This record gives sequence, C-alpha cells and structure tokens, in this order.
Amino acid sequence: MVSPEERIRELKEKAMRAVDKPAPYGPDIDLSQYSCGSQECFYVEDLSQLKEVDPEELARSGVDISGRGRSGSFVQLDNTIVHRKALEKGVEILGTTEALQKYDWAWDYFWNVVQVDADKYTADVELNGYEGYFIRALPGSRTIYPLQACLYIRSPRLVQRVHNIIIAEEGSELHIITGCASDHKVDMALHLGVSEFYVKRNAKITFTMIHNWVPGMDVRPRSGAVVEEGGVFLSNYIVLEPVRSLQLYPTARLVGEGAVARFNSVLVAREGVLMDVGSRVVLSAPRCSAEVVSRAITMGGTIVARGHLRGEAEEVKAHLECRGLMLEQGGGMLAIPELEATVPNVDMSHEAAVGKIAQEEIEYLMARGLSEEEATATIVRGFLNVKIEGLPPVLEREIQRMMEISRESAL
Amino acid sequence: MAEKEDGMHGQTVLEIKDLHVEVEGREILHGVDLTIKCGETHVLFGPNGSGKTTLLMAIMGFPRYRVTRGRIYFAGEDITDLDPHLRAQRGIGIMFQRPPTIRGLALRDMVRLCASRDLDVEAMAEEMNLAEFLQRDVNYGFSGGEIKRSELLQLLAQDPRLVLLDEPESGVDMENLQLVGRAIRKLLQKDRRRTRTKCGLIITHTGYILDYVEADMGHVLCDGKIVCSGNPREQLEGIRKYGFEECARCTR
Repeated sequence: MVSPEERIRELKEKAMRAVDKPAPYGPDIDLSQYSCGSQECFYVEDLSQLKEVDPEELARSGVDISGRGRSGSFVQLDNTIVHRKALEKGVEILGTTEALQKYDWAWDYFWNVVQVDADKYTADVELNGYEGYFIRALPGSRTIYPLQACLYIRSPRLVQRVHNIIIAEEGSELHIITGCASDHKVDMALHLGVSEFYVKRNAKITFTMIHNWVPGMDVRPRSGAVVEEGGVFLSNYIVLEPVRSLQLYPTARLVGEGAVARFNSVLVAREGVLMDVGSRVVLSAPRCSAEVVSRAITMGGTIVARGHLRGEAEEVKAHLECRGLMLEQGGGMLAIPELEATVPNVDMSHEAAVGKIAQEEIEYLMARGLSEEEATATIVRGFLNVKIEGLPPVLEREIQRMMEISRESAL
Repeated sequence: MAEKEDGMHGQTVLEIKDLHVEVEGREILHGVDLTIKCGETHVLFGPNGSGKTTLLMAIMGFPRYRVTRGRIYFAGEDITDLDPHLRAQRGIGIMFQRPPTIRGLALRDMVRLCASRDLDVEAMAEEMNLAEFLQRDVNYGFSGGEIKRSELLQLLAQDPRLVLLDEPESGVDMENLQLVGRAIRKLLQKDRRRTRTKCGLIITHTGYILDYVEADMGHVLCDGKIVCSGNPREQLEGIRKYGFEECARCTR
C-alpha cells in the first residue's frame, strides 16, 4: 500500500515531466499569462448569502441559488470553495482536498481515469493546487433531485484549476448539474477542469454541464469515466455562449458487461469562437452499448466535432451521430467520426451531416405564417432540442427548462 | 353548382389573371385565369405534369415558382409579390403533399404556431386521431396517411380563408378517408351555406375526395392551361371514360 505522501510525490514527478506537453488538439495556451491569485471570499452556510455572484447569471447555467429542487449544492468562486452542502441522505459533497484528507481510499479515485501527465493542463492542475468537488452517492442511494455544482470565475486573468471526483457506488443513482460561468468583467481567464467519474455496478450517473463563459475565456476540461457492469453514464454538455477556445475529448471506458454510456453535446459557436469537442467511448466488455450525439451550430465560429467509438468486446452496440448547421458565412465545421473494432461481432455505426438549414423547412414554416427569421429560429431551436433519454422526469423537465433559458439568451 | 348562389355576397376571394409561372427557368403555367368566390370549393383535375401543384405553390408564393406574367389577387389585394408568410397571415393555407421533417419541433408546437389564437390542441388532435403524435417531431416517421391528417390538423389550427389542398386523399386508407373528408368539410364550413366564409381549391387525381366533399366547380388543367371549367362530377366522369387527352381535345 502506497502512502498518500508517496502517491503525491509520484504524481508530482509525473506531472513535472508533462509541464510542456501540448494537448493533441486545440490551440496551445501560454499558462504564464494567467495568475492564480483569487479575490478573497468567505464560506457561506446558506447559498442566499452568496453576494459575489449574480443569481441570474447562475440561473442561466442551471444553478438555482434558492437550492429548491436540488439535493445539494457546491459552489467554487475562482479557486475557493464557498459553499458545499448535501440536503439529502445518501449523498456526500466535499471539496476534493478535503475528501483526500478525510478518506485514505479517496486516493484510489485520484488521477485514475484521467492521467496526470495527459498534457500540460492536467499537469498544471496537479502541480499548482486544486479544488473542485468530491461527490459520492452511497451504495443503493437514489436522490430524486439533482445536485448542483457551480464553478464561477470572477477575477480577470485567473486560471481556475478544478479537480472533481464523482463516485456512484453500487446500485446508486446520482444526478448532477454543473454550471460554469464567469463574471462579465472578466476579459480573459482560463478554466482547467479535471473530472473523474466512477460508475460502479448497476449504478447510474447523469451529468449535465452548461457553460456560460465570456468571450475571452479559454476552457480545457479533462474528463474520464469508468463504468462497471450494468452501470449507466449519461453526459450532457451544453455550450451556447461564446468562449475564445474550448477543447475537450472525454473518454468513457465501459469495463463491465452491459454497461452504457451516452454523450450528448450541444454547441453554438459565434464569430471568433473555436470549439474542438469530442467524445470517446471504449467498449471493453460484452453487450455494452454507447451513443454519442453531437449537435453543432456555427454562426461564424469554428467547430470541430469529434467522436470515437472503439469496440473491443463481443456483441457491443454503439452509434455516433454528428450533425452540424452552418448559419452564417465564415468559420467552419469539421465532423470527424471514427469507428474502430478489434473483434468481429460488434454493431457500430455513425452518421454525420453538415450543411445549412433546408430551404424547404423554412418554406414549410413560412406557409404557416412565420417570417423567414422566425422560421429559421424555430428550426434552430428544434435542432438544438436534443432529447436526452434515461433521465428521471423531474430532471428531464428541469434540463429542458434550463436549455430553454440558455437558448433564449443565446439565440 | 347547386350551392353557387349561397356564396356569401358572391364576393371574390381569389382572382388569378393570365398567370405565367416558371420553375427553374422553364415555364409551367402559360396563362391561367381562375376566380374563386366566397364559400366555393373548386377542384383541379389534370394529368401528371400539367401544372396543378405549380398553380397551388404559386398561389402560396414560394420563390421557386416564379411569376413571369399575370397577377394574383386575394380579397381584392394584389399579392403577386408577397412572401408566403404574409399570404398565410392574410388567410391562405396550404396542405403539403410531402412536407419536410423538422427535428426537435413537436407536432404540438407546430400546431400551436399555426394558430393566431389559443386552441385546445389535445382535443383537436384527438379528433384527427393524432393524440399520440403530438409529442413526436413533426412528420418524423409519419406514414402517408398520418402526414395528411397532421397537415389537416395544422390547417384547422390556422383556419385559413382559402384552403389549398394537394391530393388530400392520396395515401389515405379507407378508414381514415372518412376522417380526412370530415376535416376538409370542417375547414370549408360545409355545415353552413349562406354564412360560409371559407373557400377551397383541391387538386384531385382520383376524384375520390368528391365522395366526401361537395365541390362547386371543376377545372381541367392541361399543359399549363385551364382547358375546361364546369361541373366537377361531369368532368370526372368524362376523364374516367375518355382520359385527359380526350378531355383536352373537346375544347378544340
């Protein structure tokens, strides 16, 4: 058994060797332009006492300051945790460093599905301190309401480093909404977010992330999930507001029989925005299934939509769908769907389509009395209206409502 | 033409004068004249490629159907250069033969956006046997018959003054033909006579729809021209007996 001290030393050494390792995708970021000095802020017992953030800003990223309809909340401002509280039995919400101090076993979940030396960003998170949330659903627990987590940047030129660990123990069900947002005064900042998901036997995690950054933000999430037998991992990723650059390529590994992963991404890129967003699922146990769905709209921005499915076991089933709409001149769209199989008995498929809105759809709606602009907006709203399957009805309604709010403000 | 005198005030709703229409640079309609008065239902016969659909599309004002000569008047207003949505807002409604699917737009929301007033969408859908389709994406995986019923449901919500129907009976099974007929009669206010304000133009290939919807006037379109106007039942009989060729010849 390795002691935490040894583990830390090992990780730091590995990270040190990766500090200059560029990421395979996305523009390289000069980390020296950012500071980690965040403004002073204090812990609040009650979310309503949180004065530093605009409640409406939070609402747009899915965080309800009243805490109504939530089974717990976590809020991090810059690099400080200002609130964390579970309201229902069966779930635990801690800060990541707090959890590592509290539980020796927590180290088993630390840099396990995401590698510390994956690139310079993961290395930086390890080397220069981290916060982030540690959320765990106890065996067999099922919360009706989702937990909410908010990662908020309010200091200009800040690098926010987050390391999240999410564990759904055997037979449990965990629903998380994470809103990422920044203050409008922030002209530029960097968000580095590591998230490690562990879905145990017959457990389920649904994870919905809404980004609501500002145009000067660079964002590099680094996520991974491991899903055991009969487990389900659903990830919804929604970015409708501008950022300067966003690059992520999370991987879910399905290691137990019948495990399921589904990634949905909904992206809108305006002029000056670069999004390179992929999802990868490795199906390494029999009868696993996966679905990757991406809906991307460019309004002058550039989007790379990647998807990679790898079937390594018998009777796996996986589908990849990339649909892109180009609404304006300029920018571009690149869809790169990849299918890979290492055994013969797999059922894997993909479909990709990129183009403009079909004229006949616009005319159809115009014949019903909508102007060309109204018709276009209606079609775009529909395009972004991805039906997310497998959510409890309460959460489904909530996510639809959140999507509606962010769509209204974005389009 | 039994109901002709019942057309409210005999007011002209649609008037088409010497209409020439081009599609992709090729002229399809070569001078069509047509007048539909308040309360009237007209049917349009004609062989494939004669320009029936083009005429309907031109009345709705889709840009692909370019008017090169002639005018279209609706309720006295020249609408020849008006965009389709403005024509819809003025009271023209069209049933699409092969409407596109719009992903993410539920039929329920489509029906709502057709209407300019509050509606009991559930009850209306129930009546059209479409209740369980309301949450489905509009036209997504709909069968031919379901498309017809969905189109009619949308038109009932829109409640246009002039209804343009392109082969409403095609692809509809016997069971649902009744339903489709009933919806069209409702759209055209066939339960009224003197107070009727609606009128319609229906393309029919088979004429079956005449068993469900009474028509006042029939027109035979051949080669982009109306070659015969008269009693629709007599026309249908003639077409069935002698075919369109004979029918076109009779005018010469």
